[in-house]
Amino acid sequence: MAILVTPETKILVQGITGDFGARHARLSLDYGTRVVAGVTPGKGGQFFEHGAHRVPIFNSVADAAQSTGATVSAIFVPPPFAADAILECAGAGLELAVAITEGIPVKDMIRVKRAMLGGPTRLIGPNCPGVVTPGTGENSFGGCRIGIAPGYIHQRGHVGVVSRSGTLTYEAVYQLTTHHIGQSTCVGIGGDPVNGTSHLDVIRMFNDDPDTHGMILIGEIGGTAEVEAARWIKAHCKKPVAGFIAGSTAPAGRRMGHAGAIVGGSEDTAAAKIAVFKECGIEVAATPSDMADALIRAAKARGLALT
Amino acid sequence: MNIHEYQAKILLEKFGAPVPAGAAARSGAEFAAALARLPEGPTMVKSQIHAGGRGKGVFTDGFKGGVKFCKTKAEAGEIAGRMLGHTLVTAQTGPAGRKVQTVYFTVASDIKKEYYLAILLDRAASRPVIIASTEGGVEIEKVAHETPDRIFRVPVDPAYGLADYQVRELTSRLGLTGAEAKNGARFIRALYAFYWETDAAMVEINPLITTPGGDVLALDAKVSFDDNALFRHPEIVALRDLNEEDPKEIAASQAGLSYIALDGNIACLVNGAGLAMSTMDIIKHFGGSPANFLDVGGGASREQVVAAFKIILGDPNVRGIFVNIFGGIMDCNVIALGIVEAVKEVGLQLPLVVRLEGNNVAAGKQTLADSGLPIISGDTMADAARKIVKLVA
Repeated sequence: MAILVTPETKILVQGITGDFGARHARLSLDYGTRVVAGVTPGKGGQFFEHGAHRVPIFNSVADAAQSTGATVSAIFVPPPFAADAILECAGAGLELAVAITEGIPVKDMIRVKRAMLGGPTRLIGPNCPGVVTPGTGENSFGGCRIGIAPGYIHQRGHVGVVSRSGTLTYEAVYQLTTHHIGQSTCVGIGGDPVNGTSHLDVIRMFNDDPDTHGMILIGEIGGTAEVEAARWIKAHCKKPVAGFIAGSTAPAGRRMGHAGAIVGGSEDTAAAKIAVFKECGIEVAATPSDMADALIRAAKARGLALT
Repeated sequence: MNIHEYQAKILLEKFGAPVPAGAAARSGAEFAAALARLPEGPTMVKSQIHAGGRGKGVFTDGFKGGVKFCKTKAEAGEIAGRMLGHTLVTAQTGPAGRKVQTVYFTVASDIKKEYYLAILLDRAASRPVIIASTEGGVEIEKVAHETPDRIFRVPVDPAYGLADYQVRELTSRLGLTGAEAKNGARFIRALYAFYWETDAAMVEINPLITTPGGDVLALDAKVSFDDNALFRHPEIVALRDLNEEDPKEIAASQAGLSYIALDGNIACLVNGAGLAMSTMDIIKHFGGSPANFLDVGGGASREQVVAAFKIILGDPNVRGIFVNIFGGIMDCNVIALGIVEAVKEVGLQLPLVVRLEGNNVAAGKQTLADSGLPIISGDTMADAARKIVKLVA
């Protein structure tokens, strides 16, 4: 098993006819992901063609879900319309909406998150690389790739990776795969201050997933989400966890690319978060080059092998 | 995006939050006209820069105070002349300070008591929170540390908006009664409407004051807006003051790059914000000092790489360059071609270490090797960081 999605999961792509959405829909199809529908209002009835694939396009998420059985959406809709696209997934009762879009106004996300409260749909993102559950084929082909992550760097296995940052996730995954350590699922929760799924939400899922034997938790300066996850790990998690926090050198008050990556108070500095990680038994990677090695150390300390 | 105090106060008034009468001037020739809009009497002169700590700031010519009380308008005009065009150094500007290009004259209000009021995002709750305190006019961080019981937090449910009972709770906790309570409630509602409707990231009124007559006024206003929402607020984009921004950061944003200048000497060029942040960290880890944060994004073109090189080399402190690319989807060869083109165009007098990994990496490495340029390659992030730190040391 894995978390959130499996290689069998049927996905639809909102914004499949835009450059960005089309490019990544093709890459997901090439990876073997079951992209079964596209949604672009006004283009229903057309097809998205790629090689032997002929993906039907629908006017609405509800139509697409009903006709194809898709349960998950990958959202590539431009920022001014992205909040509406997310709400449409909730309205259609999808299991999961993964919002890749970068640059959604914070106010839109505040309202979307409030509107989704108590509903059946989980949101990942926005401003995130997405979710990958690797497949068993060559270069992890046959997996479920939702979003913009490079599929080929993965390997099917038992380590869960959760991160706000795309490139740091790839860095961690690449190190794991280089060590022949596979991944159960890799989740990019996004760099925005208001997002659908937190580090802790994902950590809980990894903890409950019998197929995940260890985790890498990658965080940043800004907010207290990593601290919350670390305290929960200390109290409830028996699996080895390695952690890394980016932003030790970031100056206070400056936004570092991710809207959330900004130091506010004394609580959300990298040093404070790293201290909490250590106190909670998380093996801290001293540098981003050390993430896979840190997890190997954490596993060894528990007498576990991750390969 | 940040705006000046005088701009924030014009907006506050539009939303019905009272401020002392004021007028801004951008040149000495404008002083008279600005002062003519105020009544005769005690007047404040306030330097307009995007940094806090103005009152305790010192001008580079030794003149003390970026915010001054004057007994008369004539005195205010004289003092404004000492500020305008001069460079003010405050705790937040860094040692270089900021040149004052606008001064703001306001009526000096009679103060009965000072309060603190702010609205911003509560990240943990994913909703706005109003923060109020009976301790105004001082650093709120200090209040939070020393007397946390004097800070009140009221979260707002975005589904309903600010409720009347919450406004009553705030005025009551601030100890406002009678006309003060009524005016305070009106101010809080107006401030919330301003925050919400303009897509502000933060509004901070410190101090908010009561007057002996029962009025409630914003004596200062610090406002920043959500950059992601600027597309729907052209009236706010029009308030942007490019004089307050680093020219290199402006050039970067025009090229679609995210750049922040720092004070070290190793320039970084990285794809992805998280990787860019941790590239700075790893330089520090091995004893070096990063000169900047630079994220070329996930789909960088050759032109962007060239633009990025020009920007980082525009920093005179730079002694070496570290390019760190994990091209997941991005083609490493595109980056390599951009690097070679940039180096040929701008010349390379400094050590350059490149770490390339990912998609089409063999072709990228080949391009660098074939270029005949003295580019040093690093196998991992750590290896490359060690190399550049050693070369610059």
